Amino acid sequence: MSTLNIAIIFPFIAAIVIPFLYNKIRKLHIGWFAMLVSFVLFIYFARYVPRIANGETFANTINWIPSYGINFTAYLDGLSLILALLITGVGTLVILYSIFYLSSKESLGRFYTYLLFFMGAMLGVVLSDNIMVLYVFWELTSISSFLLIAFWYQRKRSRDGAKKSLLITVSGGFGMLIGFIMLYIMTGTWSIREIISMAGSFTDHALFIPAMLLLLLGAFTKSAQFPFHIWLPDAMEAPTPVSAYLHSATMVKAGIYLVARFTPIFGGESIWFWLVTGVGLLTLFWGSFSAVRQTDLKAMLAYSTVSQLGMIMSMFGIGSAALHFGNSTVSVVYTQATFAALFHLVNHSTFKGALFMVVGIVDHEVGTRDLRRLGGLVTLMPITFTIAMIGSFSMAGLPPFNGFLSKEMFFTAVLTIGEAGIFSLDTWGTLLPVIAWVASIFTFVYSMIIVFQTFFGPYKEERLEHPAHEPPVGMLIAPGILALLVIGIFFFPNVLGDYILTPAMMGIFPSLPAADLSVPISAWHGFRSMELWMTIGVIIFGFALYKTRKKWAFVYKLFPEKWSFNSFYSYSLEKLEEHSTTITNSYMTGYLRDYMVYIYLFFIVAIGGTIIYTGVYAFDISGNSSVSEFEWILVLVMIIAGISVLFAKSRLTAILLNSILGYGVATFFVIFRAPDLALTQIIVETVTTVLFLVAYYFLPEWKKEDVPRKSRNVNLIISISVGIVFTVIALTVQSGKLFESISGYFENSYELAGGKNIVNSILGDFRAFDTMLEVVVLLIAGIGVYSIIKLKAKKEDESVEDQ
Amino acid sequence: MDNYKPNNMILQTTTSLIAFLLLGFAVYLLFAGHNSPGGGFVGGLMTSGAILLLNMAYGSLTVKKMLPINFTMLIPIGLLIAIATGLGSFIFNVPFLSHTFGYFTFPIFGEVELATAMLFDFGVYFTVVGVVMTIILSIAEDQ
Repeated sequence: MSTLNIAIIFPFIAAIVIPFLYNKIRKLHIGWFAMLVSFVLFIYFARYVPRIANGETFANTINWIPSYGINFTAYLDGLSLILALLITGVGTLVILYSIFYLSSKESLGRFYTYLLFFMGAMLGVVLSDNIMVLYVFWELTSISSFLLIAFWYQRKRSRDGAKKSLLITVSGGFGMLIGFIMLYIMTGTWSIREIISMAGSFTDHALFIPAMLLLLLGAFTKSAQFPFHIWLPDAMEAPTPVSAYLHSATMVKAGIYLVARFTPIFGGESIWFWLVTGVGLLTLFWGSFSAVRQTDLKAMLAYSTVSQLGMIMSMFGIGSAALHFGNSTVSVVYTQATFAALFHLVNHSTFKGALFMVVGIVDHEVGTRDLRRLGGLVTLMPITFTIAMIGSFSMAGLPPFNGFLSKEMFFTAVLTIGEAGIFSLDTWGTLLPVIAWVASIFTFVYSMIIVFQTFFGPYKEERLEHPAHEPPVGMLIAPGILALLVIGIFFFPNVLGDYILTPAMMGIFPSLPAADLSVPISAWHGFRSMELWMTIGVIIFGFALYKTRKKWAFVYKLFPEKWSFNSFYSYSLEKLEEHSTTITNSYMTGYLRDYMVYIYLFFIVAIGGTIIYTGVYAFDISGNSSVSEFEWILVLVMIIAGISVLFAKSRLTAILLNSILGYGVATFFVIFRAPDLALTQIIVETVTTVLFLVAYYFLPEWKKEDVPRKSRNVNLIISISVGIVFTVIALTVQSGKLFESISGYFENSYELAGGKNIVNSILGDFRAFDTMLEVVVLLIAGIGVYSIIKLKAKKEDESVEDQ
Repeated sequence: MDNYKPNNMILQTTTSLIAFLLLGFAVYLLFAGHNSPGGGFVGGLMTSGAILLLNMAYGSLTVKKMLPINFTMLIPIGLLIAIATGLGSFIFNVPFLSHTFGYFTFPIFGEVELATAMLFDFGVYFTVVGVVMTIILSIAEDQ
């Protein structure tokens, strides 16, 4: 059964092959090859339908990182199958459409590579059982979508749209990753199936709610839910086949898939219910409300996609309430909402795909998508008009199109949930149908605008770039098939329901009896049903609003443009950059003295703070030897020299005072019986003083630094504090002897190393490795000085650094 | 340093004496290091001190003729000696830088202690001489 894994990898392999084929074969459009790949996959997945309908599921694991439990597990059940069929099926049609849409002057190799890359990533998302692998594919869809949106990278708007979508979806995806890790911490497994089998056992865990919220963040950003929907309209800068494929049928459904997949784990919680339902309804309303004001056809479709995705999302939210009741007959009523969601998921892909393709045709043939320039195309493009009408009416929820069925089921869902009596629905439940109904009215309005503004009214040829005519037949095949599906599903909804939707329900509600999950879809609810009257209301009010839309257009001006989420997004990006520059510039001054201040401040705070916090400072000088007079005098001399250096007026004085310190230290070595150190110290001090004097001639003027008094005081305080901290550490360490010193071992140096000089034996024998590397340090220093002095550019030479 | 030629006969005469005393002391320090204060590092510094004194008295051109040594080359030579003494321990199948020592009787010197740690010290000695001389001569010769 490893063919499932191969099916995921297959588009990636094809994506690698495409550039080579594209360079070799110039005569044949490379899209045909991509289409073949997609079609083969569609047939492959379609062959699973009967077996999945019988309740079988398929899984296969290929080890990837077994030691961490991260394995490439492909798992196919009803829910995955729906998405897989959509991805490959719509993919085939979109590629077919794009073959005629994109001119052969475009860099087609790139386009189809990205597209197949995306297809593979998307298949990976829906078929992965391991959540880490799912995350990998999830980010791959973000990346490939980014590449596709910026396909015309010469345009600034394309680049901006791609950047925006990447920023939003990847931030959400990153949050989701954290949620996944939390899930792993709670359950100890990466496998979704195993997590589902444990569902309910970890609801009291402290990480349960954070994991749920982060997961929803990922799902909401990907599926363009309120307020993360702003990237979707900007992603319309992509070529139209991409918009049709990614931003209506597949990628934006990844978030919805995620919500559906994790419903068995988080469903039944009131937070999950209210977030998914509430955000979904809000998105539904806001998307449809905003769509009406758009003048660009693609932007209108983008907002309508946002709105429809919100509707699907809210239905999944309502359906999750069923899990609250557990295995009982009550819960079956609410599962119907989930069924409706799945149904609408499929329906939306069909009619939205068709609509995008129609808009692409209009754009392609007359050169504009602006509603103010379009009109009267019905007689010139009758087939295109027919398809547009089917898609739009289905979107508006009119019979005899499939959108009508799912919209009726949506109304049923929002009406029944108000009576559930859980999650404080008694208070707010009545609000749900109202919002849903109002949003549906707006949906009706913009659907009418798409049909009537584009195809009816006066034909304005002078405003179009080309005179309108029907597109080539090839371009009409794909939207035609989708339009046929729209009608076909209306007349035979139960075929789809029984074979595809019911098995998916078993995946979402594994705890409920399979027999209860099958919902018969009927077009006619009877006159006494509320749903019918709601639909009639939508049509009446929608028509009235459509006719009077110029009179109430002022509503959109109530909220000024600068209060929109788009402006908020660009404003915050701009301000983030501005402020981070300001902050960085404020402390990255370029002055070494400032950086020294930071380093010492850190030292004082970290070390001094630790000392105070842990209270380790303890001075015990009882064991110390007495201080002789000679030592007192020496210390006094060194202190005077040390302080005088700070006030020295000339550099020569400073150098000499510094060497006093050096010789003082050497004298201390003598007193404390370290002849080797004393010898070395005297010579090194002499050599460094000589070096100072050699360099003296070349050094710039010694002058008082021109720093403000305030920072001088700061420096004074910092240097005193550093001194205090250091002294405290030294005294503390001195008084806290924890164990005997190891010097006893080295006292045997004559027997062990044949040397009577212990210091030299340690340097040359016991710890010769240190000495060796110190010799290397000397080497580096010598070579450094040599090369700095010898290798400098002469007057006529070019600067070495610039090469 | 070479631009003016004052008559510094006293300096040159005393230098010829002192420099060799210094060099002798440096060699003594190097050899004495194993059993008394001293060692490769101090010995190397002292040697460079002697050569510097010669430099100051006679000028660097004369010293170059007297001691035709490329001091920069001494650095890798010294380092090679130090590392070679470490690598030598592999021949006897002992860890890196394991030193040993022994007593040998020579015709003139009598019984003498020889230690491989001394070889290591030679390496340090040469490197120190090379580095100090390279640094000071590069700076001094810089125009």
